[in-house]
Amino acid sequence: MICSIIVRNKGSFRHIAAFGLLILLIANILETYGKDFFHVNTMQLLQFDRFGFLFNSIALGATLIYVLLTGKEIEKSGKYAAEYFTLIFFVLCGIFILSAYDNLLMLFLGIEIMSIPLYILTGSDKRNLKSNEAALKYFLMGAFSTGLMLMGIALMYGGTGTFQLEVQRISVGMYKGVSFLEITGLLFLMVAMAFKVSAAPFHFWTPDVYDGAPAVFTSFMATIVKAAAFVAFIKLCDVRMTATLGAIDWKLLFALIIVFTLLIGNITAVFQQSVKRMLAYSSIAQAGFMLFALFNVNDVAKEGLLLYTAAYSLATIGIFAILVKMKDYTFEGYNGLAKTQPVLAATNTVFLLSLAGIPLTAGFFAKYYMLAAVVKTGSYIWLVVVGVLFAAVSVYYYFRVIQAMYFRNGNAATETITFSFKTGLIILAAIIILIGILPQVLLNWFYF
Amino acid sequence: MLSLSLILIPLLSGVAAFFIKADNTSKRLAQTASLITLAVALAGSFIQSSSLLAFDVAWLPELGSRFSLLSDGIGKMLCLLTAISLPAIFIATEKNEYEKKGSFYGLMLLTQAGLMGVFLATDCLLFYFFWELALIPAYFLCSKWGGEKRIQVTFKFFIYTFVASLLMLVGILYIYFKTTDHSFALQSFYHVKLSVKEEYFGFWLFFIAFAVKMPIFPFHTWQPDTYEQAPTAVTMLLSGVMVKMGLFGVIRWLLPVFPNAVARFDHIIILFCVIGMLYASLIAIKQDDIKRLIAYSSIAHIGLMCASLFSNQQVGMQGVMIQMFNHGVNIIGLWIVADVIEKQLGTRKFSKLGGLAQKAPVLAILFVVMALANIALPLTNAFVGEFLMFNGLFRYSIWMAVVAGISIILAAVYTLNMVQKVFLGNIVAITVNASDSSRNVNLILVILVIIVIVLGIYPQPILHLTQDSVQALFTAIH
Repeated sequence: MICSIIVRNKGSFRHIAAFGLLILLIANILETYGKDFFHVNTMQLLQFDRFGFLFNSIALGATLIYVLLTGKEIEKSGKYAAEYFTLIFFVLCGIFILSAYDNLLMLFLGIEIMSIPLYILTGSDKRNLKSNEAALKYFLMGAFSTGLMLMGIALMYGGTGTFQLEVQRISVGMYKGVSFLEITGLLFLMVAMAFKVSAAPFHFWTPDVYDGAPAVFTSFMATIVKAAAFVAFIKLCDVRMTATLGAIDWKLLFALIIVFTLLIGNITAVFQQSVKRMLAYSSIAQAGFMLFALFNVNDVAKEGLLLYTAAYSLATIGIFAILVKMKDYTFEGYNGLAKTQPVLAATNTVFLLSLAGIPLTAGFFAKYYMLAAVVKTGSYIWLVVVGVLFAAVSVYYYFRVIQAMYFRNGNAATETITFSFKTGLIILAAIIILIGILPQVLLNWFYF
Repeated sequence: MLSLSLILIPLLSGVAAFFIKADNTSKRLAQTASLITLAVALAGSFIQSSSLLAFDVAWLPELGSRFSLLSDGIGKMLCLLTAISLPAIFIATEKNEYEKKGSFYGLMLLTQAGLMGVFLATDCLLFYFFWELALIPAYFLCSKWGGEKRIQVTFKFFIYTFVASLLMLVGILYIYFKTTDHSFALQSFYHVKLSVKEEYFGFWLFFIAFAVKMPIFPFHTWQPDTYEQAPTAVTMLLSGVMVKMGLFGVIRWLLPVFPNAVARFDHIIILFCVIGMLYASLIAIKQDDIKRLIAYSSIAHIGLMCASLFSNQQVGMQGVMIQMFNHGVNIIGLWIVADVIEKQLGTRKFSKLGGLAQKAPVLAILFVVMALANIALPLTNAFVGEFLMFNGLFRYSIWMAVVAGISIILAAVYTLNMVQKVFLGNIVAITVNASDSSRNVNLILVILVIIVIVLGIYPQPILHLTQDSVQALFTAIH
């Protein structure tokens, strides 16, 4: 349905891409409020619900901001500028499928449509060895996880006799006993999804890939793509992993994954010297927080996940937009940025505070919802306390950047900064603060 | 509306100060704004009409949180203290040069807005918001304009308080889901039904946040370093007003919400407070730095206040009310003198100073009054407060009161030692060229000294202001 609009943009440039995104965004919002343009019979493979639409809006909005802010850098990153935009649109197409799938086969298709263009984007800097290495690593690991996923889907099919999520949802209630096949299949699926959202212990590809890929594309991968994987994951959990199924205590398993992810992401990020690599690990840590939503799927969790993806994506896109303008990606490279580029430093501070979850920024309410989703149940409070402690650890490395920018002397070198770039950053920061003070601007959508 | 303006005036003027490039304009703006706030706060302390003092609008309807402010007796008193501190700080340190004055004054005013919000909020989520709002600008102030080791020290301070307040956030959420109407409002929190175990759990989550902020032993390690390294104007704000956030948090959010847990753990907490008092006093005796000495002495004083809070005596609580105000006034006075000495002579070490009284007699006289108030001698304001607090503590446990009483003697030892080494004795090389303090400093110190003596003889104004809310608090607890 939405794919047909996308194809039109093939082979065009930055402005057309932005324009296309804007049209898509408007179309998507209109559709959210029940204005159908045309109807396609999806044979129950896809189901467009409110949650999916809202996520699409967020993904489109974030991509729009991403293209507006870093469009020029995308053009510069390699020879084939038009192709990069096209690939981004392909990824978006995969994301739309993921936000609407109602059939395990569509889940598989969505993941593949989303991932394959990313392998290419990662390797787009052809003369850079690191970029090539990252692409190869990403491809091999990705292919492996996809294999696991396919295996899982096959086993699920064997266990339940259908690919449809809806039917499987019913079958949970119908049969008391759950077959061994089904549980194994579910485990495989979970591992594959954990790989996609870079949850520990399946996170090993993340730092290398994020570090190796050109920074502009890392920004896209770490935000919108990751969020989409989460949306796919939560839809899966919504159906299957809410109850203790079979012999496995899924809750405990998730709790362990969360703790492990938070631990690896946060502790490793502390020791990084490069801001880009720090952001890669911090994205693992943030994934740990987003996993809170999957831990206990309820309304709060779903709202929270959307808010989290919005807050996290916006802030990270902003930080990366500034990062690609820097000449030196290490912490020292940021020394004294407040003197040379006050606007960049100020907006970067807002983005970092948001990632750290400080009140008055969107990140606070994002974290708030994640914690609330678990506290609401009254059990597993220790998990929340652990999460909170790691949130404090994350403050350490986010604030290192702020310290470098404001309190250390240096001469941070940047590329030329245009006025429109600054304006874009200020608007982005303003949005983040607005959500931080009045989250209902975004939340009201959920209660429509 | 009145309470809202107490937050809005500093907030808006603080934001405006960021955009002012001219140093003098931003300074004038900050001074004017802080004086207007003071006027509003003074007016507020005489007003009884609740329509003026309360403010309530929908904020996050989906979450059950409202933007509701109420200025009751305790809130009025602390807002008044905050409102007095800022102009006093601004005027006394007017001559200090800061790089980027606009940002400096802007952040100071933002901190004030956060503090006011903490003292006024009657919605727990809003309280948490302001709690953090006060912290963030303080972090930037200390890291940007502080001493040599400012970055590490301030970071320690930030991490400490941030971890603790995140734990409080978990506690807030925990209680929120237990309230019958799923609301963050003060009254819902007061009426929440908790099992004993749940109370214990929530109690510690909240208490750690407050304990770090005050700070009480063993959570105090950030405090002396931060006070030493922060620019003195900020230290005044931190020690004069910000530590009261912790005490206030205990009064408003801890005692009435978790009465059973308080009854269960009060002796442990009082024990730690008393240990902290003695420990800090002993360290203070060993100090050779004016700023560090005042910092440790502050830990001892706060320890006494916290112990009285948990002694569950109304008279002790009244003492805390008076002492919160007095401690703020006194310690700001001490910092002003410390700042004058440091700015003029370039050192804060006793070992390098001496005979300053001969060169700066006015400063010496004013400082001695402040120092006597720090020891809580009769006729000074602190005496009334400490007397009431010891009275309460005595009723709770004689032994604790006796042991805590030792700290009064120790306070006399270290404070007089400081007076003697800095102001008396022979003139040394550094103090040869010292001159008396400036007009601004004298003006502020004289005002503070007047407050010290007036409240020492006639403490009724503060008692009257807070009487009703202390009564209400005890009704809520029992």
